[in-house]
Amino acid sequence: MNTIVAVAKKDLRIEWRTRTLLARVVPFALLVLVLFAVALDSEALLLRAAAGLVWMAMLFSTMLVVQRAFDIETSDAAMDSLLACTAHPSRVFYGKALSLFVQLLALAAVLVTAAVVLYGASVHGNRVVLLVTVVVTATGGLATVGTLYGAVVANMTGRDSLLPLLALPVLAPLLIAASRATEAAFGSQTIDLANGWAWVGVLVVYAIVFGSAGAAAFSPLTESDS
Amino acid sequence: MTSVAGGTVIRLADAVVALGGFPALAGASMSVERGELVALRGANGTGKSTLLRLCAGLVPLARGAATVLGVDLADDRVAVRQLVGLLGHRNGLYAELTCRENVAFTAQLVGASPNDVDDALQRLGIDARVAVTRAGALSAGQRRRTALASLIVRRAQLWLLDEPHAGLDTAARNELDVILRDATRSGATVLYTTHEVDRAGLATPRTVTLTGGCITSDVSSKFGVAQ
Amino acid sequence: MTVGSTGTPTTRVIGALALLITGWVVVSAFFITPADSVQGDSVRIMYAHVPTAWIAYLAFVTTAIASGFSVARRHRTLGFDRVAGASAEVGVLFMAMTLITGSLWGRLTWGTFWQWDPRLTTTLFLFVTYVGYLAVRRIDTDPRQRASRSSVIALLAVLEIPLVHFSVVLWRSLHQEASVLNTDGDVRLDGLMLFTLFSGVVAFTLIFAWLVIHRQRLTTLSDLERVVGLDAAIIARRAENSAGVSA
Repeated sequence: MNTIVAVAKKDLRIEWRTRTLLARVVPFALLVLVLFAVALDSEALLLRAAAGLVWMAMLFSTMLVVQRAFDIETSDAAMDSLLACTAHPSRVFYGKALSLFVQLLALAAVLVTAAVVLYGASVHGNRVVLLVTVVVTATGGLATVGTLYGAVVANMTGRDSLLPLLALPVLAPLLIAASRATEAAFGSQTIDLANGWAWVGVLVVYAIVFGSAGAAAFSPLTESDS
Repeated sequence: MTSVAGGTVIRLADAVVALGGFPALAGASMSVERGELVALRGANGTGKSTLLRLCAGLVPLARGAATVLGVDLADDRVAVRQLVGLLGHRNGLYAELTCRENVAFTAQLVGASPNDVDDALQRLGIDARVAVTRAGALSAGQRRRTALASLIVRRAQLWLLDEPHAGLDTAARNELDVILRDATRSGATVLYTTHEVDRAGLATPRTVTLTGGCITSDVSSKFGVAQ
Repeated sequence: MTVGSTGTPTTRVIGALALLITGWVVVSAFFITPADSVQGDSVRIMYAHVPTAWIAYLAFVTTAIASGFSVARRHRTLGFDRVAGASAEVGVLFMAMTLITGSLWGRLTWGTFWQWDPRLTTTLFLFVTYVGYLAVRRIDTDPRQRASRSSVIALLAVLEIPLVHFSVVLWRSLHQEASVLNTDGDVRLDGLMLFTLFSGVVAFTLIFAWLVIHRQRLTTLSDLERVVGLDAAIIARRAENSAGVSA
């Protein structure tokens, strides 16, 4: 547990000092939302699509944040030293995933607010509980999958193009589930609250599956180097 | 996997390491005992870095036999990584953390105390001002010393240093030699590479020379005996 | 297997059988079986589409199982990893064919190239995932590292694909028209059509086996070439040393 917290704190401390998330990723994500509006040119359509667009922006932003999370490890071969210090590589996985989770959660809060402001989405009453739950569970899934595939491509040249190719198909179920559940929270016609919670169930399963798989896979993945 | 208390730390027998099909190490044999300070000499491209990386468990053994700290590298080279400290051309530091924070992070991972951190920084002559400077803003020599402090905190039994003297001025080099000798007195074994002739001879009791991926000479200058 | 080719009596038999049965299927599909009452002649695409879909999933399962064994026995043999890689390459080919034939069939029958039904959508994801898997296989040059890294990716795909399929099914169930858009759902199959379909599956399975066997033998040979090449390189390098380069 100590290792997990130590690694997470280290990552978050570095992030705090460079403010990459704040200065670059958040503006990027907001820009994506704005560009969707420009491309779709229909307020009714935007409102209808708000949930999906928010999660699309989250997916793309996750790619950036993951790249950054592993850049700090590989630029001076720090991860090699890190792994040499611990007998449990899976704890390093959980530590990095935890840090990613915190950062993505902050980003998600900003994007949901932006959807309310820019797209006219709204959330009332007990739908807020659903919304918060969706955001937390989906972000958990994003963090675990991001950390896992970030580690796969960490030491390669040309990794910037391989990460999305590997991670986005895997994230498709998360995108589907998070979008549908968020639609329910925003009060859509096709999906009622009960269905929304069913999708949350899918998100929980997803996060658990990839959380465990990621921890197990982290060890063999990081033992080979290129 | 046992740590060896006084005994053979490295044993290579005709070890071959292939990098992309090319035999970077083409059959190296040598034996290093605990507490030794060994300089690995040779021109560029003769396999010095590869030999270090082999002993650190980072590259697979293609032929021959290699045992480091009781671990057979053909079987389980991953296990040796925890026992060995490799300082390659890169230092393994986080640029945004200060010198002290970098070393303290290592300490946290291995369960060492803040006192151990202070201790290590002191042994390496890192003063308070340097300790609170961002690693990215440190000079090459200061970064080296930070990385070495981490090795001390980790209590690595085998230090593998790839051209540690490179980029340092004379004073800094001499300081480094003192640090390395100190490390061997505390029980670690140190193997470092260099491609300078006189440096190797002066500072070290034992010099091993690599040519074309093989070990071509192994001299202990203390006793003047070639092996 | 002689070094000149990767053929052996076994593969020749498989190859000949595959050719024969495929010949029969082609003849039957085009000339002997009747056209469908509703779809007309376009139903004949089914004889290509269904077997390729079957092979696409067979390849996926083969790669998954081979990767599982590769992880379990990674200190012993690389054979499983070679099969996994070969199966993935052949599989990607068949997945592409499934998508293309499915798309053409939909176009001919309903005028649209694509339907978001679970089977096609999952196959699309399977295709993209395996393209990624093949890209990962190209990262490492050392066979053991390649085996280690790509088997993890393949096993993760085993987790991913059912999740994708499940969520797509749930997703499409929200849209009522999904259940109607089943291209082969309303085709009534009489005895001969069924038999042709079955023969097609058998023929394609044989083709799959033939391709995978040859492909993994090629990999074995190229790995062997690296080993032999290394031995030669070691000898050459040592010769350089003793030829009097300064010690």
